[in-house]
Amino acid sequence: MLQIKDLHVSIDGKEILKGIDLEVKAGEVHAIMGPNGSGKSTLAAALAGREMFAVTKGSVTYMNENLLELSPEDRARKGLFLGFQYPVEIPGVSIVNFMKTAINEHRKFKGLEPISASDFLKHMREKKELVGLTSSLTNRSVNEGFSGGEKKKNEIFQMAMLEPILAILDETDSGLDIDALKIVAQGVNQLRRKDNATIVITHYQRLLEYIVPDFVHVLYKGRIVKSSGKELALELEEKGYDWIKTEE
Amino acid sequence: MEESQDHILNEVTGGEYKYGFITDIETETIPKGLNEDVVRLISAKKKEPDFMLEFRLKAYRHWLTMKMPQWAHLTIPEIRYQDIIYYAAPRQQVGPKSLEEVDPELLRTFDRLGIPLEEQKMLSGVAVDAVMDSISVKTTFRETLAELGIVFCSMSEAIREYPELVKKYLGTVVPYTDNYFASLNSAVFSDGSFCYIPKGVRCPMELSTYFRINAANTGQFERTLLVAEDDSYVSYLEGCTAPMRDENQLHAAVVEIIALENAEVKYSTVQNWYPGDRNGKGGIYNFVTKRGICKGDNSKISWTQVETGSAITWKYPSCILRGNNTIGEFYSVAVTNNYQQADTGTKMIHIGKNSRSTIISKGISAGHGQNSFRSLVKVVKSADKVRNFTQCDSMLMGDKCGAHTFPYIEVENESAVIEHEATTSRIGEDQIFYCNQRGIDTENAVGLIINGYAREVLNKLPMEFAVEAQKLLAISLEGSVG
Ligand SMILES: Nc1ncnc2c1ncn2[C@@H]1O[C@H](COP(=O)(O)OP(=O)(O)OP(=O)(O)O)[C@@H](O)[C@H]1O
Ligand SMILES: [Mg+2]
Repeated sequence: MLQIKDLHVSIDGKEILKGIDLEVKAGEVHAIMGPNGSGKSTLAAALAGREMFAVTKGSVTYMNENLLELSPEDRARKGLFLGFQYPVEIPGVSIVNFMKTAINEHRKFKGLEPISASDFLKHMREKKELVGLTSSLTNRSVNEGFSGGEKKKNEIFQMAMLEPILAILDETDSGLDIDALKIVAQGVNQLRRKDNATIVITHYQRLLEYIVPDFVHVLYKGRIVKSSGKELALELEEKGYDWIKTEE
Repeated sequence: MEESQDHILNEVTGGEYKYGFITDIETETIPKGLNEDVVRLISAKKKEPDFMLEFRLKAYRHWLTMKMPQWAHLTIPEIRYQDIIYYAAPRQQVGPKSLEEVDPELLRTFDRLGIPLEEQKMLSGVAVDAVMDSISVKTTFRETLAELGIVFCSMSEAIREYPELVKKYLGTVVPYTDNYFASLNSAVFSDGSFCYIPKGVRCPMELSTYFRINAANTGQFERTLLVAEDDSYVSYLEGCTAPMRDENQLHAAVVEIIALENAEVKYSTVQNWYPGDRNGKGGIYNFVTKRGICKGDNSKISWTQVETGSAITWKYPSCILRGNNTIGEFYSVAVTNNYQQADTGTKMIHIGKNSRSTIISKGISAGHGQNSFRSLVKVVKSADKVRNFTQCDSMLMGDKCGAHTFPYIEVENESAVIEHEATTSRIGEDQIFYCNQRGIDTENAVGLIINGYAREVLNKLPMEFAVEAQKLLAISLEGSVG
């Protein structure tokens, strides 16, 4: 599904990612861990196509296509979803309106008619339940005045609404209380299918107890310095990152 | 209903200025230029009673003594008043009684503008007075409204058929001496709408006037008068468009509203005059005086405006809050893109005790646009316990445009509570990327974000107009990002 080869990414001429190799197959869950500032969000943003993250070298193939040639909106329409570490506020735009616009853009891309009001409401009700979002929240403007946890739940809600093929969740667990964490993990697990995949970026082993990864990668100073099975997360939790840094 | 809304949507979507076409119709014009004979000629063409001619002549003579105002934050090229044609009318019978008497070409024109004049085709619940150049083409639903005692007709007809009412109210809120453009309008105004809601009547449908400039080198000077008797209610809408032409055209209108005891008047405008091209060539000069008086106690006047068109806008819909416990409101979205300029805002004059006013202004500047908000909140000595809340937000897109605010406050009574808030913001790259990541392209993202920003104002518009206004906002900013 996704093949990243020797990916280099710079911001303002400063190289942040220094050659990333990663392959994600359908049905898999990958976890990416690593100390602050190591480049995890940079990787996520570069995959989603944020302009200020310039790819200077390497290639990314997504669903047998050159991902790097696609506009950010086309990447999204082709099923790539990014759950933001810091979701932005869009004052005055209700979540309902925002989601309806997004879904209709996805549909238009697939050559489908806009969704009917009743289908949309039904879809929305279903997904709200899945992540335990209340109507009082979905009637508000996108992320405006949301608590940290509410913002993260809203990201998962949007993911559920858009049913992506590849979801990249950037620290969706931080800021969530235990109950919310379980709900979010449950949501992710319910959306798991043989033909989609998830990359979870996290600092905590705790999330991985609920969303069990097939692989764990450690990103350090712009490189993946270690890849292993789910037991790696436990090891990191115990020992921290120092042993990896020294191993290097 | 749904179909007509779709129709409006289709008309408005699709980018650029949609209403720039010219109707090829035989037009009766008088020679260009302005003098007393022209004023007399206009009055004669309209078969007006003597008092109207008197009014016009006094206004004209006064106008000659005046100079164009210079205080606005606008750069206005010289206007050559002797080069303007002051009367142009599609050649047709005066005051056609039925649709069959209206030129089919005119019907087609309004159809293309999304304003079908056949009553069965219209948005249910909206009565329209369609004005092209200097005359009213057709007023719909007149009979239905007449059953309730509501008068809704063109100004020319009102002057002929209800001279007493016109005489009693015309010029009482905006006197012919008021300002340069109001004086000019008083001298040469051609048509417009007249609306009278009798005591105790709630007008069951939206009343609306649609203004269309068609003829070249003409000025449009319409005059609207709206009287709401005790305990009455009316919601009134106004829309306007003009063809794309390289020359600037002058539009100087006057609107007067009188609200008597317990009356409520909502006046909404979606102004979409041709704004000129990307380089600032052509477009309408929109110099308008709009003022309402809350004359009776407990009366209320709300102005809502969405200003996306015109090359230059100079406009301050205001409220004189004379009765006690009266309410004045002003909700505005003004867009300036490319080389458009707008100096707009409001005046709230508090005379009655306990009178309250709210001012919400959302300016959006893009391209080389210059957007100024200007307001005056005045509280006279005898006006106890006045309240005002003013919120003035500016949004900037790009770094070549400008936003300016000029809020004036004059308070002579210490019990007044006046609040003022102002913000300036930009659309963030992070907001656009967030939308992109959900599959929404940048143009649509900007439209969404702008509509969110203006929501407080758009929510005040009647449904039929809100949809149109949203599309219009997005379109008028197309190409201004990225
Ligand atoms: N917009 C930016 N401008 C300049 N430098 C940036 C920008 N965004 C990220 N960086 C830098 O790139 C490096 C990697 O940042 P990134 O956000 O990818 O780290 P991270 O691994 O996600 O960290 P965290 O665990 O704290 O979220 C950091 O040194 C950061 O300061
Ligand atoms: Mg990060």
